[in-house]
Amino acid sequence: MLKITNLHASIDNKTILKGVNLEVKAGEVHAIMGPNGSGKSTLASVIAGKEDYEVLKGKITFEGQDIADLAPEDRAHKGIFMSFQYPIEIPGVTVTNFIKTAINETRKAKGLNDMPANKMLKLIRDKAELLEIDRRFLSRSLNQGFSGGEKKRNEIFQMAMLEPKLAILDETDSGLDIDALRIVANGVNKLKSKDNAVVVITHYQRLLDYIIPDFVHVIYDGKIVKSGTKELAHELEEKGYDWIKEEVNA
Amino acid sequence: MDLKEKLISSFLAFENQVDVDTYVHDIRSKAIQTFEDKGFPSKKDEDWKYTSLNRILKEDYTVFPKQEYDIEYRDIKKYLIHDIDSYKIVFIDGKYSSHLSETTHDGMDICLTSAALSKPKYHLIIENYFNKIAPKDSLTSLNTAFSSEGAYIHIPKNKLVQKPIQILHFSTGNESATMLQPRNLIIVDENSHVQIIERHQSLTENPVLTNSVTEIFTNKRAIVDYYKVQNDNLNASLIDNTFIKQKQESICSVHTFSFGGKLTRNNLRFFQHGERINSILKGITIIGDKQHVDHSTLVQHIEPNCESHQDYKGIFGDNAVGVFNGKVIVEKEAQKTNAFQTNNNILLNDKATINTKPQLEIFADDVKCSHGCTIGQLDENALFYLRARGIPKKEAKALLMYAFANNVLESVKIPKLKQRINKLIANKLGVNIGFDL
Repeated sequence: MLKITNLHASIDNKTILKGVNLEVKAGEVHAIMGPNGSGKSTLASVIAGKEDYEVLKGKITFEGQDIADLAPEDRAHKGIFMSFQYPIEIPGVTVTNFIKTAINETRKAKGLNDMPANKMLKLIRDKAELLEIDRRFLSRSLNQGFSGGEKKRNEIFQMAMLEPKLAILDETDSGLDIDALRIVANGVNKLKSKDNAVVVITHYQRLLDYIIPDFVHVIYDGKIVKSGTKELAHELEEKGYDWIKEEVNA
Repeated sequence: MDLKEKLISSFLAFENQVDVDTYVHDIRSKAIQTFEDKGFPSKKDEDWKYTSLNRILKEDYTVFPKQEYDIEYRDIKKYLIHDIDSYKIVFIDGKYSSHLSETTHDGMDICLTSAALSKPKYHLIIENYFNKIAPKDSLTSLNTAFSSEGAYIHIPKNKLVQKPIQILHFSTGNESATMLQPRNLIIVDENSHVQIIERHQSLTENPVLTNSVTEIFTNKRAIVDYYKVQNDNLNASLIDNTFIKQKQESICSVHTFSFGGKLTRNNLRFFQHGERINSILKGITIIGDKQHVDHSTLVQHIEPNCESHQDYKGIFGDNAVGVFNGKVIVEKEAQKTNAFQTNNNILLNDKATINTKPQLEIFADDVKCSHGCTIGQLDENALFYLRARGIPKKEAKALLMYAFANNVLESVKIPKLKQRINKLIANKLGVNIGFDL
């Protein structure tokens, strides 16, 4: 589904990614871990198409198509979703109106008509229930005054509504208490199928107790330096990242 | 002959043709003298530092458009809030159009300035209110000299006016260039409530310059909600002079939506005469091209325990120029005043300009006053967030601009008007977002 080959990317003339290789197939869950500043969030942003980053070298293909030159919205229309580490507050636009707009713009891009209002409402209700979201929450302004947990839950709610093929969860666990973490993980697990894939980006292992990864990758200094199974995550939790750094620098 | 000379020489002919009593005649004669002495304002005047009238004064304006043009309801329907029941006072090239209007004398007067200025039964009202709060600056004096037509609204006490009043000034372009000087007088007595929508609209591409004066008297405990819709074409300019005198416990709000026109200058002045008065001044400006919008506001706090709230949002694209000059005066007696002012601006490119200047003059020592102005760009991270959810760039930008202007829009109390403003904003931004905020 997603294939990244020798990806180099920079921001403000500073090279962050220095040759990332990653392949994610449908039905898989990948975790990308690494110390702060290693390039985890950059990788997520580059896949989602943030224009501040420049791809210097390498390739990103999604379902066989090179997407490096596509606008973020075009990538979203193809089924790539990124859950933001810091969701943006947008006063005056309710959660409901925002998600309606996002869905109908995606449908428009595919040559479909707007989703009928009753169908939309039912979908919103079902997905809100899945994430244990109060109905009143949906008529609030997007992310405005939301707690950390509410913001993250709202991200996963949007993911549930948009049903992406590839979901990248960028530090979704940061700022979550244990209940919110459970709800969010539960939502992600329920949305998982053999046709879609999830990439979980995290600093800590705890989210991976709930969303069990098939593969764990460690990114350090702009490269994936180690890959393994979920046991690798436990090892990192126990020993920290220093031994990885030593291995790389040796 | 330049415009100033033309206006002065037209004055005599004008005075001879209109039937007024000596009281009004004296005011007009003094006013033309003031205009003759002062002339049009120039950039040398502190209040006009960022707005030059030069490019609009060089047209050869006809001061008295001659024949009445035939306008049908269908020609103007789209400029009205037509899907609500309302009173309408419609002017075509400065002349009252009875067949397009819906006025009343039933328990209140919603009619014409020409009637108020000439009929004996209004004589006392005119003596008490006409030209009482309009300052003696050159443009207001010019309007006063030529004041003959406009909306006259008098709501007696304890009256809740059920329907909004729409004041509409159309120009037809029947003359190659037209100058209009409407004069509105609005008196709202004790405990009464009225909502008014004002719009100036040119129906052709011929140049129009409107120099409008409105005096509003908000008496004890009265509530006035005034909305100005400024969405004219690129050859139409407007100088709007609005003066408001408020008495104790009254609330007056003026919303100004500036989306169009060549040059628009809003001189909005509030004078608070009484305690526990609330004055609300809000505006959304969205312009591009070479458009120019200038908001010059003043709130004078004279007595204790009053409030004022100013909130102006501006979005400027292309080569557009915006000016915000907001002055708050808190007089010595006006203790416990709460005066707040914000002016937030977004510049969409490097060529657009905003000049913003808050001015606070505080002579009392126990007050809460704040002002803040910001100038920024659209937040790139927010834009990416929306695009990453599949909302295309143009729509995403529009959504952020809506969000930016939202709290001003929120306080519009007429739902159909709010819808209309939403639509005007969407048109202005070239998007069809498909929901009401």
